[in-house]
Amino acid sequence: MLHTQAVFSLIIINKAGGLIYQREFQAGLRKLSTNDYLVLAGTFHGVHAITRSITPKIPLAPTTNSPAASPGTSTPAASSYSYPNPGASVSGLDYLESDKFRLTCFQTLTGTKFLLFTDPMTGNVETIINKIYDLYADYVMKNPFYQLEMPVRCEAFDRHLGAWLRGRT
Amino acid sequence: MAAPPRHSSMMATNAGAPQSGANDRQQVTQQSLTPQPTQGLRVPSNRKTIYDRHLNRSRNAESSRASFAYLFGEMVTYAQRRVTGIQDLEKRLNEQGYPLGLRLLDLLFYRSTSTSSSALSSSSTSSSPPNRPLRIITLLHLIHGPLWRLLFQRSADALEHSVSPDTPNEYMITDNDPLVNTYISVPREMSMLNCAAFVAGIIEGVCDGCGFEAKVSAHNQPTEMWPSRTVFLVRFGDSVMEREKVLERNGVK
Repeated sequence: MLHTQAVFSLIIINKAGGLIYQREFQAGLRKLSTNDYLVLAGTFHGVHAITRSITPKIPLAPTTNSPAASPGTSTPAASSYSYPNPGASVSGLDYLESDKFRLTCFQTLTGTKFLLFTDPMTGNVETIINKIYDLYADYVMKNPFYQLEMPVRCEAFDRHLGAWLRGRT
Repeated sequence: MAAPPRHSSMMATNAGAPQSGANDRQQVTQQSLTPQPTQGLRVPSNRKTIYDRHLNRSRNAESSRASFAYLFGEMVTYAQRRVTGIQDLEKRLNEQGYPLGLRLLDLLFYRSTSTSSSALSSSSTSSSPPNRPLRIITLLHLIHGPLWRLLFQRSADALEHSVSPDTPNEYMITDNDPLVNTYISVPREMSMLNCAAFVAGIIEGVCDGCGFEAKVSAHNQPTEMWPSRTVFLVRFGDSVMEREKVLERNGVK
């Protein structure tokens, strides 16, 4: 079977851009120092914010705009531009792909980011990330000993995450 | 059929409402409730409050596991304030469970009498045998089975008597995966702590309520398969052990 289901590693970044969780699931990955991981998390946080703010807006069609804009009221230029899909919030960087790995970023509504490094051939990354979010909500957020925005040291989370990923492959 | 306590009678605003038939009353309460929605307890539109429900109705009365987890998490956080150590924290959790055990005991007896003797209405006094446990083993079986099922919907996993001759008053109840600890990871520096001390408090309340003076504590005994396996150590007092000997001699079951 060429179809590999490899998940390389997981990083969780809190809403301030700090690294709160980092774990590798595959042996033989190049080791980074803790400091490098912190820098990586902070850098990604910044890049993500930039990609969100440079999301292009497209001009609204002039036919819808001209009847409303009577000669007397000059509409501000900014309002005639809008995001392609106004209903959806601007997500910023969603995934980043190279020929050796794929980095998927999932941002929760509260601003926590889950970065999952997988093999580019891995399918259903969405499902994996949703399950990880599930486990995070259960075993981290319901743990009375976990302090918000601080590094995750929850033994039950580690255990269930490992068991679930092992069970998948 | 004994009418459950009506919720309307507990509300001061309804004191002036005319006493009328059930259909009428429903209208009256609805009218009197609408102008002041902020006062008193919140009443669901179908008036099925927890006081209106029959005590014996245990089906579909489960509460959500997630909301319990959040509530219990807050209880642990609350108990953690200004504690001096792990033992102090466990003592506080124990004290939170104790009154619950005393009250659960009544509910447990009420439910077990009315389900075991279905002919309650035909012969009200003679059909229900006194089911208060008199011997230690009956009490422990009550905790291991019915109490555990009432709380967690399954029996406990093991019930043992201490093998050491020095401590004949010690009994162990084992739960392989306590519900209260499902989402809790205790930090390494507090590894002695077991939040199931709350359940130990409930057991202690049940024992005391039955007249068995006891001290109950929760201990971690993880195995490879069950990482959050917990043993509840029940230590009965001397008076209980003396009475137990007398009862055994007299052949009381």
